[in-house]
Amino acid sequence: MPATVPVQGKPFVRQLLGRSDFAIISDIVEPGTKVLDLGCGDGELLEWLAENKGVEARGVEISPAKVQRAIARGVSAYQGDIDEVLPDYPDHAFDYVILSQTLQETRQPLKVVREMVRVGRRAIVAFPNFGHWPVRLALLGTGRAPKTKLFPHDWYDSPNIHFLTVHDFDQLAGKEGLVIERCYFLSGRRRVTFLPNLLAEVAVYLVRRR
Amino acid sequence: MTVETQAVEFDSISLESGAKLSPVSIAYETYGALNAAKSNAILILHAFSGDAHAAGITHETGKPGWWDNTIGPGKAFDTDKYFVICSNVLGGCQGTTGPASINPQTGCPYGMSFPVITIGDMVRLQTMLIDHLGIERLLAVAGGSMGGMQALEWAVSYPDRVIAAIPIATTARHSPQQIAFNEVGRQAIMADPDWCEGNYYSGKPPGRGLAIARMIGHITYMSDESMREKFGRRLREKEKFGFDFSVDFEVESYLRYRGSQFVTRFDANAYLYITKAEDYFDLTNATGSLTAAFQKVTSRFLVISFSSDWLYPSYQSEEIVRVLRRANRNVAYCELPSNYGHDAFLVDVAEQSDVIRGFLASTCKENI
Repeated sequence: MPATVPVQGKPFVRQLLGRSDFAIISDIVEPGTKVLDLGCGDGELLEWLAENKGVEARGVEISPAKVQRAIARGVSAYQGDIDEVLPDYPDHAFDYVILSQTLQETRQPLKVVREMVRVGRRAIVAFPNFGHWPVRLALLGTGRAPKTKLFPHDWYDSPNIHFLTVHDFDQLAGKEGLVIERCYFLSGRRRVTFLPNLLAEVAVYLVRRR
Repeated sequence: MTVETQAVEFDSISLESGAKLSPVSIAYETYGALNAAKSNAILILHAFSGDAHAAGITHETGKPGWWDNTIGPGKAFDTDKYFVICSNVLGGCQGTTGPASINPQTGCPYGMSFPVITIGDMVRLQTMLIDHLGIERLLAVAGGSMGGMQALEWAVSYPDRVIAAIPIATTARHSPQQIAFNEVGRQAIMADPDWCEGNYYSGKPPGRGLAIARMIGHITYMSDESMREKFGRRLREKEKFGFDFSVDFEVESYLRYRGSQFVTRFDANAYLYITKAEDYFDLTNATGSLTAAFQKVTSRFLVISFSSDWLYPSYQSEEIVRVLRRANRNVAYCELPSNYGHDAFLVDVAEQSDVIRGFLASTCKENI
């Protein structure tokens, strides 16, 4: 049954109550590794990983203002579109390639996932679960594109263009021959161990190529 | 911060062209203090018309340095933390040996007998200065425009001596458009009857040609938007058109003023030599490709471009970033929003300072 998220008590986790996937990711990443964060925002996760796990941190972010803030906090980030930059990297250029709650915003999610497991020895994919029960209820009840805490946007101005569920990702992993090394399911800050496709808001997968 | 320009002379320097220059002196200034481990030195590289006086106030003239908004206590290049060095480039006219210097063999200024120099030659002379100062490795090299070219050259040619490189508003190779503007400037100088094949040092310098060259330069340093903001179509000290060819518009007045000011401080032959060095700059010269050129690079990079810079457009910075990414090197990059065109790196420095400060702090954390 629900257990609390690991990496408790560290200030980073306390500051990021809304992003419990960050806590999971920071727990997964081994110290001293090389990490690429796709859609790194203002570099908060990478800065924490660099300081606390001694990782060599790199980030890609499409928003110029966020890139500036990331660099200003000492993260090697650059402006770029994750749909476009990954093909530039050689195979296994990183130990981990992280995609945190952005897969549903990419134009070509399949291509992105394939590139992630090519460029990284391992990929960490965190995504919001469209199978979460309030989403299902909202659709059933209102008959309109669901709006929930997790998906607060109207359909016409949502950045989310490719919705997926836990089952969808499992199926994709099977089809692409990906090994799921670890997976975590979260509801708020609590771990979900039962019926994740129904009860999890966010899923975090650690995968690699077979 | 009151500063003084110093100079050091070396026996000779061998140039890329095969020529040798002897002796050669280099003018430089330093700010802040070198730490005991000599690990906090940053070399600032000036742009086309800059000089060694990058920061502080000159002892004699009271003039602030050209990057005084960026170098100093608490500024982006914080002189409370770093030992900052800036030197005048080889071929220049502000204290370092250039075409206006006396050729010891003839007792007269070199003029056009001065050997053609390259960005690589400028950087080689800087390595001699750094040796002279007893510094093994620079924490960073940084500069905009032609200064950015030198920063790239440092990272490519002396990878063991540069921990971090900050090329700003620059390119890995001069484009045909950039060469074209330089050529118009050179032709303006050489078309001036006072130029006299470069032998004007005992008479009247080619001020008209040099002023026109500078006017063209200034146009390329601004943007359409910054010119509209700064001048509009405003008339200069008149209510209506003069219906003659005296100054009508503010922008004409500005360009003429800039042109005439430049003539008082810059040598026309130095203009020819330095623009030629820019035009020859192409990191692929030696190896055939940028990928090969960056192969040995170990520095981390902060590449900066500006949205309205049409002289050194962002695509040129992005090309550098892409090649570094392909080589899996450590690179940070951002295009900063600014209306100031190419001049932005000198005048619109608030955001630039934030990224430089953060980049240097993390470089320090990893290396000092």
